[in-house]
Amino acid sequence: MNKKSFSNTKNQIPLLEVKNLSLLFPQYKEGLKESYIQVIRDFELTIYPGEIVAVVGSSGSGKSLLADSILGILPDNAEIMGRLLFNGEHLSTKRQQQLRGKSISLIPQSVKALDPLMKTSKQVQSVIPDKKAKKRIQEEAFIKLGLPPETGDKYPHELSGGMARRVLIATAMVSESELIIADEPTPGLDELTWEETLTNIKQLSKSNRGIMFITHDIHAALKIADKIAVFYAGETLEIANKEDFSGKGERLRHPYTKALWLALPENNFKPLKGNHPESDEVLIGCVFEKRCPIATEFCKTNKPKSAKINNGITRCFYA
Amino acid sequence: MIKFILRKTGKLASLLIAISLLSFILVSNSPEDPVQSYIGAEISRISPEQRKNIEEYWGLNRSKPEQYLLWVKAVFQGNLGESLIYRKPVSEIILERFSASIVLMGISWLLSGVFGFLLGILAGMNEGSILDRFIKSYSFIMASTPAFWFGLLLLMVFAAWLNWFPVGLASPAGSLAGEVSLIDKLKHLVLPVATLSIGGVASIALHTREKIIEVLNSEFIRFAKAKGERGIKLFWRHGLRNISLPAISLHFASFGELFGGAVLTEQVFSYPGLGQAIVKAGLGGDVPLLLGITLFSVVFIFVGNFMADLLYVVIDPRMKIKQTHD
Repeated sequence: MNKKSFSNTKNQIPLLEVKNLSLLFPQYKEGLKESYIQVIRDFELTIYPGEIVAVVGSSGSGKSLLADSILGILPDNAEIMGRLLFNGEHLSTKRQQQLRGKSISLIPQSVKALDPLMKTSKQVQSVIPDKKAKKRIQEEAFIKLGLPPETGDKYPHELSGGMARRVLIATAMVSESELIIADEPTPGLDELTWEETLTNIKQLSKSNRGIMFITHDIHAALKIADKIAVFYAGETLEIANKEDFSGKGERLRHPYTKALWLALPENNFKPLKGNHPESDEVLIGCVFEKRCPIATEFCKTNKPKSAKINNGITRCFYA
Repeated sequence: MIKFILRKTGKLASLLIAISLLSFILVSNSPEDPVQSYIGAEISRISPEQRKNIEEYWGLNRSKPEQYLLWVKAVFQGNLGESLIYRKPVSEIILERFSASIVLMGISWLLSGVFGFLLGILAGMNEGSILDRFIKSYSFIMASTPAFWFGLLLLMVFAAWLNWFPVGLASPAGSLAGEVSLIDKLKHLVLPVATLSIGGVASIALHTREKIIEVLNSEFIRFAKAKGERGIKLFWRHGLRNISLPAISLHFASFGELFGGAVLTEQVFSYPGLGQAIVKAGLGGDVPLLLGITLFSVVFIFVGNFMADLLYVVIDPRMKIKQTHD
């Protein structure tokens, strides 16, 4: 497939465009004074048709809520700000309701996402609009994914981890969606199932669908993604191209991304000290300042804006 | 399936033997003298020889194990003996009393099940709201209120003060069986049924509430929403079956509590049901009736649990697997 980078996609309308997305939850601390915890702040991301964009972040950084924000299935008390554009059109709550399951679909993390009391075939068929053909379409998808035909008559608890994963992918496959959000589809898999799952997701992008691949597994992201967005404390710290992850990470823009890259066993295996900030921590300056090796006093009080550098985006004063 | 039923029947048989043995030991060691309770106040009029004759006729002079075996043998022949206080065959009394009790228990059971489930859904869907807090508090209060006390309260307010409903019995006192109208019967049922069902909703409501909150926060509801399902369709397809499981098993398994509640409630309202009969039998030293009703109640409660098991298998596919493997 033809690879797309920033330069040659400029004329195309992005499939999904997220601008300055912020997500807040009200929280009642002592007394009745209301305060907010900010889970996502100023998040940005652009996905073009046929492109896989990985959103990499550690657990607890609000990645799943990002998926829920785009699908419009956040809890009622969530407050969302910023702009979501789907095919150039504003993605309002109403529009999300019309599109989810049809133009936007989700590949969830585990077998727990399947209703324990319903046969798998029925759960996959529910997203196919063509009532007459749904059985055939579902069966074809199962064959394509290498699932034995009797899998459709099984209940979720009768599936192995790998089979469940394929059933979940089948749901996205049979839908007519243009955008697929894969929310952590790989943890807890053995090597073989891991590879297979990634291949299947890659396959989905071949039919010009855009894929947002949410993961904490950098290896998985590098294996299939075209672009990688690094998510930290609810912010996009960097959007890099796959090729930037090479050597000692010289082409990476943000110190956090560099640290991630160097922490991999095959590189330096050098861990990054410190912890991811808590969600209720108030951060005035750069979110990464506390752990950053090149941080200065300036970073403590000033928030870096995102800037385009080398065909990518980063949020650092010293990039 | 056949294996399942056979195993359950085996369990029932051993349960009946154990219960009957235990009740027999308890009853035969009680200070109550069966001859005295049979004769009543005229005990002083009979001679020691007459007394001995009666004891011999009943087999009271034999050893305890022998007495038990004699009784078991009779039960197997379908003879539960004759009640000492009613002077009628025990089986006849059970049948007659049970038909009165089953109306009371059946209606309360249905009402508490339906309303408990609905209240639980309402509370769980609006978790944290005023409605939820109200239903929760109500359930906690009712769960810790004894049925007989609540019955007395209803009796005081609706029968004694407001005079809306009769104070007790199943039909107006002094009227012939043929003259009792359906309205009369229903009027007599209202307060006992209310006593049993108003309290009975508590545990169903609390369990359903807990389950619906769990289901609403589950991954599969999130995924179903992501697939575009919502509203009634979402609830019908993924909610209802999942939340009905604890309600069903709990409600069928609550036959024991229902029976216990009915015993107390019937006592409060002098309702001529099985519960009232067992209290009379216990107080009056009526051993055959007491044992007969005990055995009957064991079967009744067992049937409830058995139905819960069966329904669980029908609704939850995960149960089938367990069964074939075990």
